[in-house]
This record gives sequence, structure tokens and C-alpha cells, in this order.
Amino acid sequence: MELLSGADMLIRSLQDEGIEYIYGYPGGAALHIYDALFRQDKVKHILVRHEQAAVHMADGYARASGKPGTVLVTSGPGATNTITGIATAFMDSIPMVVLCGQVASTLIGEDAFQETDMIGVSRPVVKHNISVRHPEEIPEVIRRAYYIASTGRPGPVVVDIPKDMTTPNERYEYVFPKKVKLRSYNPAIRGHAGQIKKAVDMLMAAKRPIIYAGGGVVLGKASKELTELAHKLGFPVTNTLMGIGGFPATDKQSLGWLGMHGTYESNMAMHHSDLILAVGARFDDRVTNATEKFCPGARIVHIDIDPASISKTIDADVPIVGPVDAVLKEMLGLVAESKERPDAEALKSWWKQIDEWRAFHGMRYETSDTHIKPQEVIEAIWRITNGDAYVTSDVGQHQMFAAQYYKFDKPNRWINSGGLGTMGFGLPAAMGVKLSYPDSEVVCVTGEGSIQMNIQELSTCSQYNLPVKIVNLNNQALGMVKQWQDMNYESRHSQSYMGSLPDFVKLAEAYGHVGIRIDRKEELEPKLREAFAMKDKLVFLDIYVDPFEHVYPMQVARGSMKDMWLSKTERV
Amino acid sequence: MRRIISVLLENEPGALSRVVGLFSQRNYNIETLTVAPTEDETLSRLTVTTSGSDKVIEQITKQLNKLIEVVKLVDLTEGSHIERELMLVKLKATGSQRAEIKRTVDIFRGQIVDVTSTIYTVQLAGNSDKLDAFIQAVGPAGVLEVVRSGVSGIARGEKVLSL
Repeated sequence: MELLSGADMLIRSLQDEGIEYIYGYPGGAALHIYDALFRQDKVKHILVRHEQAAVHMADGYARASGKPGTVLVTSGPGATNTITGIATAFMDSIPMVVLCGQVASTLIGEDAFQETDMIGVSRPVVKHNISVRHPEEIPEVIRRAYYIASTGRPGPVVVDIPKDMTTPNERYEYVFPKKVKLRSYNPAIRGHAGQIKKAVDMLMAAKRPIIYAGGGVVLGKASKELTELAHKLGFPVTNTLMGIGGFPATDKQSLGWLGMHGTYESNMAMHHSDLILAVGARFDDRVTNATEKFCPGARIVHIDIDPASISKTIDADVPIVGPVDAVLKEMLGLVAESKERPDAEALKSWWKQIDEWRAFHGMRYETSDTHIKPQEVIEAIWRITNGDAYVTSDVGQHQMFAAQYYKFDKPNRWINSGGLGTMGFGLPAAMGVKLSYPDSEVVCVTGEGSIQMNIQELSTCSQYNLPVKIVNLNNQALGMVKQWQDMNYESRHSQSYMGSLPDFVKLAEAYGHVGIRIDRKEELEPKLREAFAMKDKLVFLDIYVDPFEHVYPMQVARGSMKDMWLSKTERV
Repeated sequence: MRRIISVLLENEPGALSRVVGLFSQRNYNIETLTVAPTEDETLSRLTVTTSGSDKVIEQITKQLNKLIEVVKLVDLTEGSHIERELMLVKLKATGSQRAEIKRTVDIFRGQIVDVTSTIYTVQLAGNSDKLDAFIQAVGPAGVLEVVRSGVSGIARGEKVLSL
């Protein structure tokens, strides 16, 4: 029988769970745990400069690897600083366990120093949270936390650990449970066979079908099955912003992504389709535009692991609750057995129509002799990294440009805060990826607004030698805010101008990194190549881009999917 | 439309706040809420009355089911069911009013459970409409205090909500 303190049990449980890295920041209520961490070397701790960044690091790691990330912080401000990160992970269904110190259970409720009701504060933005009530529970609680975080529709789980649960001199028997069983939590493991059959019959009968694939395809590791099904049926595929990479962007059946800043052909094809196969997508407002005008002629098959995502905003004709990979596999089986095939003539004329839409817009943008266009920067990075980098982004115009012009052929490579839209996400997320994939190219595409929300992490990058490439699309303004002000507020740029910017080159150098400023068009490609050649250096590329550029296409507010601005003057 | 949703919930600290939090987070409406442990002490039975379109009610039941501590639930209003609410009401009762109130209590099959020279305290159980009707019948002017338990409900016949 092995006797361990609560703190040692916690770290042992993380080892037994197979956790390699945790990201965090110490403080009073977590000190017993940090001491246990010090006395072992299997679980490595990464010390960030702000707790929010620890959560984004864990998140970036989880998105790239498909495995849950782990965060360790202290009580009070340590815990509350994680909230934005937790909410970010929650909105995008990212598996994660956040371990928070708490004041001793005897002090809870007395407004003790650094006391916050973290269970209450985090409740609306977690999949679940658990408070430890006895040290002996710790292995069971940890096992359960990872199980809940990573099964079903994944999400963050907070574990609140009062300091007296980790007291060093109180030891208990350590048993790591082999299995978790929860009578009230049983995520679906396969879809309903009858519904799947019905869906396949509808696919075969469709004349203008489209596959609408979301983040569930990436999270559910179903991109192989999705690609195979799309190829078998010959259907066009559009991804959501979260689903990018779930179907190869350079495949001729890919229409790019859809929604507010999606491609013209995706939005047109969705609007005119007669059948939508929605896979792991949730018809959110940035996709559908006005729901009452959404795809008037389409019947909808909706596959999702979360029943609450089905018929939430748009009613499904055939709902299928189940893991997307299992359901798609079953569909592939039925398609292979079936003697029927989709109507070849109808598909041919559908593709002809789609190709006309493609030719009409084709993600064109105006180039300039004087200004560097942000789109050109992304295209250059795509070329230089052979389309194989992990690209994280912050939030705003640069995020949209990165998603539009970097063609992702693999899942888990495009890492952004899609649901919550968290500025400050990009750099720490890139760090989390680089730490676990040191041989891969990791690029953070950001803007001068977003990067300053977590810029202190340049220090963490020096400490752990994380040579990510930071591409700062510097337009000297909060670009997306400014674009909306241009379009909806007669260009009254209220608080969207960053009046005083630091010298980012010197700032990067101050942290021991390399800074490069690019403001002339002809320097763009050579300087980018120079930066990417420095494999073991973090390079901060401060690129001055056209400050007047807008992101297009852009759906017209309260319109249907097909109502878009294609440039500053062109509306369809 | 008014619905009665009955939930079996793990009897654990914080479980109730998750249910209540869900309603306010997602802008759903709670009209009444009752909760108490069942014969199995590890479970609580919670009854919530709410209203909304079919689409909203469908989301409420789905979102409730997603809560880890929710073991099972049923929308009682989907089938035939019994609903009861308990009310304690303190009434001004002096002079000729005393006999009149006593008669009304009898008609509604309530009981007078406490008496002073000027006050009757009445206990009444029934569906919510019946309790409303009693208040109307005695006249709101004489009502000094009302305590209502909120609705509890159970399905008629063989149907059981249990593990």
C-alpha cells in the first residue's frame, strides 16, 4: 500500500494520466502542489507570465494534438485570470483540465485572502467543475476530470483544490482508478442506424448537395472519413472557420470556408443547395446570417455528438446524434453497399454552376504598388512554409486573412479562437504547439492590437526557447473595428486607432529575440524567407500593411447567405 | 406554453446552482422550482415549471441533460400527470368574516392550521389554478401573507421517473 499526501497524489495522478506538460503560475494556495511538482521530473511545468496565457497554451496544445491540455494556478486572482482562457476553450469545445488552488476548506466563505468562489465563477464557461472535498478523492477526481473533458463534446473542466486537501504530512492510500463510471454521463458512441440509412438515401437523391463540415470533424478526428465520403459522392465541401483543414483546402471539391467572411462560392452554393449534410457544425450566427432567410430550398441532415447543437438555430430534417467519425464510417459502408449513385447529370450541372461562381470572385483582391497587402503576406507565408505550418491567430482582420489565404490541407493546423473571439490567444497558443511539436514550423499571425494583449509571453518564449514566428500585420488600427466603423458608422473611428505603438523590433530584442520590420513591398518575400530560415530563433516580423484594407467577402447584415459585399463598392 | 419538467439530479453540493444557472445563462424562464432528496439519498428530485415555444422547451431539456449531474428528466406535460402545490395563507378573520372564511376553506378542501382571535392560517393543496381561485374567493384584501411551495408533479399510471 502506497501512502501519499494530497499534493503528491495530484501529481502522481497527472503522471498516470500521461500528462507531459502543465502550464501555470504558482501562488499561496497551490504551494503544496508546486512542492510536489518540484520533487519529481515526469510532469514538466511551464511558467507563464500571466495565467490567461497558461490556458491558451494548454488550448493550443490540445487543438494541435487532440489531447487534453492541463493548467495549474493558485486561488483568487490566479484562478480568475484563467476565465477568459477557459471561456475560449469552452466555446470551441477544447478538452482541458484547469487545476486551481483554493483557500483551506476551513476558510471558505470567510472572504479569506485570495479567496474566490471559482466553482461559481467558472460555472457558465466549463463543461463541468469539481471541488475536492477529501484528499483521498484526488485520484478519482483527476481521472474523472480528464474523462469528462475529453469524451463526448469535449470541453474544459475546472478542479478546485482547497489547500488543506494537499497538506504534506497527511498521507492516504494512492489508487489510480482504471475506469470512470458516471451514471449520469453517457455520451453517444454511435449514431442511430435508421437515421443514417435515411440520410444516405437523401444524399443519393440530392441534385444540389453540399457538405458543411465544422470543428467537430477536426475534434472528432474524422477528416479521413469525411474526405473519403466527399470523394465517393463527388459533392462540394465547405468548412466552417473551426473546420478548416478537416477537408483539404487545395482539393478541387473544396469551396473554402463559409459564412460572414467565407468565399463567394461557398455562400452561394449553400444558399442554392437542395441538401446540406452538416457534420460537426452548429449553424452559428456567423455562418447562417439571418436564420429566417437561411438556405430556403435545402433539406438538412445534421450529424453532431451534442444533441443540443441539433435544431438549436436551424431545424434539421434528419438529426443524427453520434461521434462524427463513427457515423461517417457507417455512411461510407452504406454508400459502398448501395447500388444507387447520386444523379451524375444533376451533379455535373451543379458543379458547372459552382465553377461559374468560383470564376466570378475567386478570392481576388486589389494589389497596390505602394502598400503591402495583408493577403499577400499570408500567401507568401503559405509558399515559404510549403502549406505545412501550424498557424495560430489572434482575432480581427488578420485572423480572417490568415484563414482565407493560407490553404490548410491537414486538420489541427489552423488554431484560432473561433467562438469567443479572444484577442491575445495567438501567441500563447503558438507556444503550446511549438513546445510539443518542436520540429514543426509554428506561425502566429497577429495584429498590433491583439499581440499586445499577451505580449509579456515573449519572456516565456525566451525561458523555454520557443522559436515561433510572429507575423504582425501592422495596420496601426484595430482593423476589424475600423472596417465596421467604415461600413456602418460613416468612418467615425471611435477608439479604433492605436495612438502609440511600441517599436516592436526593439521590444522583441529586449526579450532576447529577433525583430524585423518590413514596410516596403519588395522586401516582403526576401525578409520573410530570411526570418523563416532562422529555425532556432523567435522572429517578430512587424509588417506594415495597407491600413485601409477591408476583409471581403462580407455578408450583408440580416441578409441571407448569398447577400455579400465583394469589395468596398460591389454588393451582390 | 407552460411546462412541468421533472428532473432526477445527483444530490451533490453545487448541482442545484448548475440547473438554476443554466436557466439564467440561456435566458430561459423559471416560474416555480421545488427540490428535495428522494427515497434514494444520492438523488434529488427537482420540478421546474417554465414556459416557452416547443423549440425553447426542446433546448431546455437538451441543455439540462448535458449537465453532468442530471441523471434523467421528463417533461410531465407531454403526458397525463398530477400536479400539486402547497399554500399556507394567513387571513384576517374577525367577526362575521370568520364563518365565511371557514366555509370557503371547506369548499376548497383546505384546513385551518392555526387560529388567533383575529387570524386564520390556512393550508391548501392543489394545482396552481385552484390556489389562485382560493385567493380570489376569500378576497385579496383579507390576505396578510402567502407562502407557496411551487409545483411538484408526477406522471399518471405506470410511468415512473427513476434509475
